[in-house]
Amino acid sequence: MQSTSNSDDKADASGSSSETIKIGALLPSSGVYASLGKNLSQGMELYFDEINWEVEGKKIEIINEDSEADPQVSLRKARKMIDQDQVDILTGTVSTAVAYAIRDEVDSKKIPFLVSHAGGNDLTRSQRSDYIWRSSFSSWQIGHSMGEWAYKNVGHKIYVTAADYAFGKEVSAAFKEAYTAAGGEIVGEVYPPLGNNDYSSYLTTIGGAEADAVYAFFAGSDAVRFVQQYEQYGLKEKMPLIGSGWLVSEDLRESQGNAPEGILASTFWDYNINTDENKAFTAAFEKKYGARPTLEALEGYDAARIIAEAAASLGGDVSDPDQVVEAFSNVTFASPRGEFKFDKDTHHVIQDMYITKTQLVNGKTENEVIETIEQVQDPGK
Amino acid sequence: MDMIGAQLVNGLSYGMMLFVITCGLALVFGILGVLNLAHGSLYMIGAYVTYSITVNSAQNFWMALIIAPIVVAILAFIIEMTLLRATYHLGHLSQVLLTFGLAYIFHDIAAIIWGSNVLSVALPPSLAGTTVLFDQSFPTYRLVVIGIGFLLAAGLWYVQEKTRWGAIIRAGLSDKEMISALGVNIKLVFTVVFVIGGFLAGLGGVIAAPVLGLYPIMEFQTLILALVVLVIGGLGSISGTFTAAILIGLVETFSKYLVPELSLFFVYGLMAVVLVVKPNGLLGKKVAA
Repeated sequence: MQSTSNSDDKADASGSSSETIKIGALLPSSGVYASLGKNLSQGMELYFDEINWEVEGKKIEIINEDSEADPQVSLRKARKMIDQDQVDILTGTVSTAVAYAIRDEVDSKKIPFLVSHAGGNDLTRSQRSDYIWRSSFSSWQIGHSMGEWAYKNVGHKIYVTAADYAFGKEVSAAFKEAYTAAGGEIVGEVYPPLGNNDYSSYLTTIGGAEADAVYAFFAGSDAVRFVQQYEQYGLKEKMPLIGSGWLVSEDLRESQGNAPEGILASTFWDYNINTDENKAFTAAFEKKYGARPTLEALEGYDAARIIAEAAASLGGDVSDPDQVVEAFSNVTFASPRGEFKFDKDTHHVIQDMYITKTQLVNGKTENEVIETIEQVQDPGK
Repeated sequence: MDMIGAQLVNGLSYGMMLFVITCGLALVFGILGVLNLAHGSLYMIGAYVTYSITVNSAQNFWMALIIAPIVVAILAFIIEMTLLRATYHLGHLSQVLLTFGLAYIFHDIAAIIWGSNVLSVALPPSLAGTTVLFDQSFPTYRLVVIGIGFLLAAGLWYVQEKTRWGAIIRAGLSDKEMISALGVNIKLVFTVVFVIGGFLAGLGGVIAAPVLGLYPIMEFQTLILALVVLVIGGLGSISGTFTAAILIGLVETFSKYLVPELSLFFVYGLMAVVLVVKPNGLLGKKVAA
């Protein structure tokens, strides 16, 4: 793995015609999002391993900076990577707040920025920039894809609950929009604070509602507690639980025990997608790291591939940012998540969304893909 | 009506959990005058040790109930003997800085040993079921927590008010020099109290882990909760801590039920009101600074 700079060799006439492609990765390696940052890095390194850290004779070098998931810190580190390290391409950010914080910096300095996780809608809507492209997802894609499907397949009355922060609100708003447009009725809503430790009061309230199902958006430790407590309070037998893939993500289900069994979730990648690309990816990841990849690992893997393919199409010369983003826009390939392509207008990925159902297989839970919603395109406004 | 009853049970259970988490902190502050900001970290270690003991068999939870608090008590013993003892004559600021520094060290140690993933503790089958009350299902364990809280409160009250040890501790609080003159080894008293505080923090970790789970920064969230309980209850009073824990449990639960958007505001609002109206807390004694 390449990690340190070796800019001392060769005549560095100008930063642009150097022998390396420098990628700045702004990911959290400390704090609450540390494990997401680690998975994204692992995914990127796995892909670059596969191509020997080389594109068209140029070496690939990653410069890592800890974003600490803090907008102020991240802006400083982004500047350092752009001004001192002279990175050609920037990627990363788990937190949407961090992506917004460095938006103007990359826009004015014309640094191609491939967003590999942060899903806030506005980044490819009102905050859109020529130099910002997003390969991960938008909140809208996550929430909206479940709306119509839930109306047809789950029930006509739903209770909505989500963690009270921008992402949770955006996802649940997109779900409500699609669900009510299909004809469904939202019978109640409650938004517990982010990092809430006890859901007993909310669950008792939800249990008293006349709903066919409950739509929930929670992630990380919130998802573990909510899903477990949902079962403990006897709601699982009363109303099916539906939500987003983060409710039952690969790195949480072991901690959730059997509680997630039966949950329906919408996501853009799952470990059990049955394609050759996905099998090759998951096998390679498990071989290298001895653990299953998570959604974030897939995001890192795809981001690395997009950068490599864009650089390859330019013969390895990534010195002109306008050419780089043009090359981004033309990248298409068969990703482990399905067909990958960008929407040239919004700079946001167009992708298949999957509905998964969590099942018990040999005493452990597995997500099974039960429906594919093809080519979901963010409206861009 | 059923809904009110059900929320009452929720609030009582949450409050009792807060009491179990906070009582060690209250004891140490009340008797040693040391505000132990590493209390949340001791709680966290109790929770992680529980995780390690139970990860292969949920039945081991009973074992963890004894071992985890003892492990944390030993750790507290080492901290008191090697670091904290030297700060008793230096005053609050040194102790706050020392224990806060320790909190960061424990944070990193925990990340190295147990990683930064979200973990959970499974309960043995006898505690994992559901019980129906007020026409609603409750996790049986929540009801068990209520029982544990009452038992612990009764036990602490008995030791402090009815035993010779309790008398020495109370005497040590009001006049350290006099009690030394009477032939009581006050240093030993302090060590013992801090170790008991550690034991209780560890016990809090075991009791709360199956409900709250384990994740990075859990100790700081817990510390803040515990400090709120401590301040509302009144510094240095176990009965105050008990009352405050139940009050906060009920206020938070009912505000989440009635006005969910404002639930956080209510708890901190309650704290602000108590501080203005009764600066020593609900049942606090005047603490000599």
